[in-house]
Amino acid sequence: MIGLQHYLVVGALLFVLGVFGILFNRKNVIIVLMAIELILLAVNINLIAFSAYLGDLVGQVFAMFVLTVAAGEAAVGLAIVVLYFRGRGTIAVDDVNRMKG
Amino acid sequence: MTYAASLALTLPEMILAGGALVLLMIAAFAGDRSARAVHWLAVALIAAAGLALLGPAGNGGDAFGGLYRADPFAAFAKLLIYVAAAVSLAMAPDFFARDTTGGPQGQLRAEYPVLILLSAVGMGMMVSAVDLLTLYVGLELQNLVAYILASFMRNNTRSAEAGLKYFVLSALASGILLYGISLLYGFTATTGFDGIAAAVATQVEGGGLGAGTLIGLVFLLAGIAFKIAAVPFHMWTPDIYEGSPTPVTGFFASAPKVAAMALFVRVTVEALGPATDAWRQIIIFAALASILLGAFGAIGQGNIKRMLAYSSINNIGFALIGLAAGTEAGVAAVMSYMAIYIAMTLGSFLVVLQMRDADGRPIETIASLSGLSQSRRGLAAAFAIFMFSLAGIPPLLGFWAKFLVFDAAVAAGLWPLAAIGIAASVISAFYYLKIVKTMYFDDPAPAYAPANSVLEGGLIALAATAVSPLGYFAVPALGVVTASAARALF
Repeated sequence: MIGLQHYLVVGALLFVLGVFGILFNRKNVIIVLMAIELILLAVNINLIAFSAYLGDLVGQVFAMFVLTVAAGEAAVGLAIVVLYFRGRGTIAVDDVNRMKG
Repeated sequence: MTYAASLALTLPEMILAGGALVLLMIAAFAGDRSARAVHWLAVALIAAAGLALLGPAGNGGDAFGGLYRADPFAAFAKLLIYVAAAVSLAMAPDFFARDTTGGPQGQLRAEYPVLILLSAVGMGMMVSAVDLLTLYVGLELQNLVAYILASFMRNNTRSAEAGLKYFVLSALASGILLYGISLLYGFTATTGFDGIAAAVATQVEGGGLGAGTLIGLVFLLAGIAFKIAAVPFHMWTPDIYEGSPTPVTGFFASAPKVAAMALFVRVTVEALGPATDAWRQIIIFAALASILLGAFGAIGQGNIKRMLAYSSINNIGFALIGLAAGTEAGVAAVMSYMAIYIAMTLGSFLVVLQMRDADGRPIETIASLSGLSQSRRGLAAAFAIFMFSLAGIPPLLGFWAKFLVFDAAVAAGLWPLAAIGIAASVISAFYYLKIVKTMYFDDPAPAYAPANSVLEGGLIALAATAVSPLGYFAVPALGVVTASAARALF
């Protein structure tokens, strides 16, 4: 029987994967965008699992809001990546180092 | 409560959101020629939203079934936010118009005021949020606008890099915050602050906070700590402050900090009030670490915007001391601190705007301030006032802000915290005084371009007067307002 714990474990794993994808990825900013989506998906799994477990609709409504905001965030993020690429000709994470200190 | 009554309570946000859409249409059809007009229309809209706070929106209770609360606390925070937003609108047009790399119009675009207005809507929702859903949506609205603002100078690679860094780190922080929200929802079975407070109180009485609730609390606070740039979530601040256009940096250092700090206060006091012992240690750590890192990090900086970034981290640490007290006096002290802080900070950034060479290009090195007292006597005096005030040296108003938070901390029995804070403020005085020394005692560097904006000069003079000893005339009024704001939370 698949219970609440299983969903929470999946959510936690996805969340950790997403965080690691941002922190340890040195190659490509697009991968960072994918990692951010992964984090938001982890949260959605959590919210919906809790919602079903508690028999309370708020969690599912919340998940819809998260999806919508995630779409907006991806749009703005991609626009900034394009802007950055135009100026620098690269989107490697290691090259994002004009300012340091 | 009827839907119309709910709408009346959210009148400031309605004015700003509706106005922003109308201005966006004007910007779309009239193009960047309309940029200056749109700027001033946006300032007028912000003034109208501020006036709307005098009505039911200032103290009308809950709206939309307990998603949104219009109380004196939110009204005071919104007032500070609107002032900061209006000032960052006023100082923008000349700055963007001077950068002529983007054509004859410069980088002056009509989208800037629209974005600031939308950001103000998001911040207004943040400070009025009494539900995790409103909190999240408001925070994200403010965030999405901030990414765009940071990368607003399209053909400047530093600006684009600032936007990219801000986006990645802020999105990570939002993810952490959201994960905390999902856990809090799961283990308290509600997203309303009052419901969470009741559930947390039950858990505390029943033998301590559950592990899930505790982890949710930590994640939620970590996400908000990122927004106010408290250590250990401060690493983005210097880079983003340096890379963003100066008016945007001034905006980042003022309005969103007030909004996030007010949100922090409301979440900890209203939603997690019964678990004060659990979050107090987090706040104490963040406060001390921010004060120390802000003080030591600023010492070696050669760029004025980076220096002010560390200064803002340092100041947020002091404000958090008031929150650590967790009392009504502590919350009032935090709000007073933020009010005085935005005057000092906006004044400092207005001075940074005056730093440009004969061709009008901005200069950002601290070394270029050398001998400013000889070429620009008034500017040097104003900047010295801001630096002394940020250092908390009496009789300037910055001292009163620090006194209030220390007083609240001592009254709550946190005297070791206050003692370390006072010791650290001596360290931070070092680099503030170094700037004053550079301006008054070093050999003159090439003079800046002459002042050409009466408005900016007037705003600098106004901010300098407000934080000078004359500002103490406003202290009784500030005390009454912040006390009534704090009372709304307890």
